[in-house]
Amino acid sequence: MRVQFKSSYDHDINLFQDNRHRIQYGILILLAIAAPFVLPEYFVGELTQIAIWSLAGLGLMLLVGHTGQVSLGHAAFMAIGAFANMALMERGWPFIPALIASAVITGVAGAVLARPLLRMTGIYLAIATLALSVIIEDIAIIAEPVTGGVSGVIAPMIELFGYEIDRYGTPTAFYYLCLGVLLLVTLMYANLLRSPSGRAFLAVRDSEVSARALGVNVANTKTLAFTLSCAITGLAGALYAHMAQVVNYESFLILISITLLLQVVIGGLGSMHGAFLGAIVVVLLPQVIATLRDLVNAHTPIALGDYPGMDMAAFALIILVMVIYEPRGLYGVWLKVRTWFQLFPLYRKGMFRRSRTYLKTERMR
Amino acid sequence: MDVLQLLISGIANGCIYGLLALGFVLIYKASEAVNFAQGDMLMLGAFLGITFINTGYADLPFLMGLVCAAVVLGVFGYLLERFVLRGIFGQPQFAMVILTIALGFLIRFFAGTVWGHNPMSLETPFTGQVLRFGGLIIPMVDAVIIGATVLLTTVLYFFFARTRLGVAMQASSQNQMAAYYMGIPVKRVNAIVWALAGVVAAIAGVLFAAKGAVEPSVGLLFGIKAFAAAVIGGLGSLPGALVGGLLVGIVEPFAGRYLPSGFGQVAPYVLMLAVLILRPGGLFAQVSQKKV
Amino acid sequence: MSLLQVENLSIAFGGVKAVDGVSFSVEAGEVFTIVGPNGAGKSTIFNLISRLYEPSGGRILFDGQDITRLPAHKIAPLGIARTFQNIELFDHSTVLQNLLMGRHVRRKTLWIEDMLFLPRVRRAEREHRRHVEEVIDFLDLAAYRDKLIAGLPYGVRKVVEIARALSSGPRLVLLDEPASGLSVEETKDMAWWIEDMQKDLGLTILMVEHDMSLVSRVSDRVLAVAEGKPLALGTSAEVQADPRVIEAYLGAEETA
Ligand SMILES: Nc1ncnc2c1ncn2[C@@H]1O[C@H](COP(=O)(O)OP(=O)(O)OP(=O)(O)O)[C@@H](O)[C@H]1O
Ligand SMILES: [Mg+2]
Repeated sequence: MRVQFKSSYDHDINLFQDNRHRIQYGILILLAIAAPFVLPEYFVGELTQIAIWSLAGLGLMLLVGHTGQVSLGHAAFMAIGAFANMALMERGWPFIPALIASAVITGVAGAVLARPLLRMTGIYLAIATLALSVIIEDIAIIAEPVTGGVSGVIAPMIELFGYEIDRYGTPTAFYYLCLGVLLLVTLMYANLLRSPSGRAFLAVRDSEVSARALGVNVANTKTLAFTLSCAITGLAGALYAHMAQVVNYESFLILISITLLLQVVIGGLGSMHGAFLGAIVVVLLPQVIATLRDLVNAHTPIALGDYPGMDMAAFALIILVMVIYEPRGLYGVWLKVRTWFQLFPLYRKGMFRRSRTYLKTERMR
Repeated sequence: MDVLQLLISGIANGCIYGLLALGFVLIYKASEAVNFAQGDMLMLGAFLGITFINTGYADLPFLMGLVCAAVVLGVFGYLLERFVLRGIFGQPQFAMVILTIALGFLIRFFAGTVWGHNPMSLETPFTGQVLRFGGLIIPMVDAVIIGATVLLTTVLYFFFARTRLGVAMQASSQNQMAAYYMGIPVKRVNAIVWALAGVVAAIAGVLFAAKGAVEPSVGLLFGIKAFAAAVIGGLGSLPGALVGGLLVGIVEPFAGRYLPSGFGQVAPYVLMLAVLILRPGGLFAQVSQKKV
Repeated sequence: MSLLQVENLSIAFGGVKAVDGVSFSVEAGEVFTIVGPNGAGKSTIFNLISRLYEPSGGRILFDGQDITRLPAHKIAPLGIARTFQNIELFDHSTVLQNLLMGRHVRRKTLWIEDMLFLPRVRRAEREHRRHVEEVIDFLDLAAYRDKLIAGLPYGVRKVVEIARALSSGPRLVLLDEPASGLSVEETKDMAWWIEDMQKDLGLTILMVEHDMSLVSRVSDRVLAVAEGKPLALGTSAEVQADPRVIEAYLGAEETA
């Protein structure tokens, strides 16, 4: 194990602990930038999807993983972001202001809903947000002037600094756009977490009573978390709309809300890494399964048909195993593996005591 | 007259919601867990019913088929608790939420693989029959559903009030720790509660299939509505679940009739949100303050 | 004027009068201890002062200001910090992070500044850290600074909770059974720290404690309560000799 020598408080305040850390993340970002030049074009689309779902995952992670408030309705906020962005661009707004405005609008919508919603806790909050997600499907049909009704809206071309960016025409440029937004949000998120605001979120998550006794205004803190969470998710929704090209009421079904929650759980609640890991699983799993099925069909006499929902089932199975054996998700697995290598001959079983997930019983408050 | 007709259809629907909500509440009361797969268990029950009863399948008499479906799903519930859910005993509620959501996906996949994705419906001795009271026409199905619900509720009531097992369940639901110290086998009781929830889901499922078409994805939305019903009732109260179910069932057809299209479907959810906003713990809430 | 003044405070839980007309006042700089049998309402008095519970009657004055109707989160900024009987730490965070959370009342930046991590956020963070390090030194927690709470021994957690309370820079500290569950050695350390908090940091301490040797050693005055009612007030020796107090403890033992 490496021994760290700390020379100043800044060591703990900085985004990265040391140079090694800095280099690791630097390489990761360089890889993400270099990817379109190395990988076949098909994978650029997949990477874009990963970026967008990571962004949505970050939004939900802020709320569920770091503030301890569950939401089973975040697709609703993706929808708000998407439709807001489309509607503004239709009305002639340039892309960047429209994107920012869609985050703001979603954030405001979240803030308005937060007050009544966050009086509820635990399961009640889960079901209320779930209901929200169902309701938004119908609102998307009813609010025809904005959402285009049943047929939905077609994403306008993005014009940025004189370039035309379009998911099919210029996939690499669109990927960079998503990556840029993702990195920016990640940076701001990380900043929050290393400052008083982020600590207040964690305080509310881990013990509301002590948070209050320490002077944290719990209602305001939850509202802020909900607002920021919605704003981030709204951004993801806007980008998603440009990727899907057409969005209507069917684009943000309740199933998406549920998948998004499962995504952050698979990734690992309570760590930003979890949002990314979860997105990778959600996007790549269907590919992996399709490949596996083709392999089985090609090399064995077993003919696996195309069962609809197979990837969802596989996904569910992973969740099942994860919840039972590794409640901290993929990030938890990663931590274990890393520690195992760092301590190589010394690793003991039971070194990681089963740590609890982050939401608590609601019979007692 | 028209209103009365709507009302009866609403009550019949409400009974199915109520039964499903009852399943939620049973489990919630026993272990403070929430079963998000309850709707999918209903769907499974419906398909089992079809398999046991329809001609071309097992072709059993209606009641026999119903019992078989109930037994199969009861055993399923028991095994589920015993071999899957017990793995996370003692973990917070959220883990159970996630686990049962995942379970729902698996059940849906299973049903899709076995029964396909085309809507199927149940053949019953009373399909198409109607009862007439003056000018009032009541579909036989609705009458059967209402009757069955009343019967089942009565049975459950006596079970909880009079039998040893029922009383043990009540005790363990009120305070698992205390029940444990009183020598009640809390874990076994949990498994039995899940079995019971399976039985109730099967009955609700068969009734559901008698009234309309079934396909693997019906469970999700139906389950959410039933969940809304349970929450309206307060999640901790068996009568509350039935009341919530009836409310949701009745609101739906009326909203569909009298509100502009598009607003009707969301009525149950709006109702639930309204209840939750006014009373964050449901109508029959029982949240106590944490001692520190 | 007393630092904390409690007048005729009452609360009932479903018919049980947990606190029933309790009055006392705590002078600046003293260690004031509340003793009493289990279920006497001691923790409830703390929760009333922290405004976690709503009193049904009576008044609470801090430094002359009526705080009876303030929301709970407005209490800490006045300079009142507390610990909990059953330790309410942020289990998934490190000791350092817990103590920094204690600095919440001193936060100077808005969330939007935090998000952009402006230079003044960094300056404020350094400042918080400096204060927290003082507390770490004071309570000898340096060895645990970067450890997660979830893995710490009970005795250390108790100290961390006190450290978190001190991090906010309070004037009055409420300690709910600081020595419960501690070994004899740890209890001795605790006595030292309480004395140091009073003498070196100039803090006023309101404490609930069962360990009478600790109580006698550190308390300036002791209030005995039973069944929500005040029984006797005086020095530790006076209160322990009071026949009503003796009877209350014996009575509690008989029913228990
Ligand atoms: N939130 C609550 N809800 C219901 N009853 C409560 C609550 N908090 C305290 N009580 C009751 O108030 C009474 C006093 O409790 P309290 O915790 O203040 O006792 P205590 O003096 O701190 O005892 P101990 O020495 O055991 O800590 C008890 O009967 C307790 O059950
Ligand atoms: Mg106490």
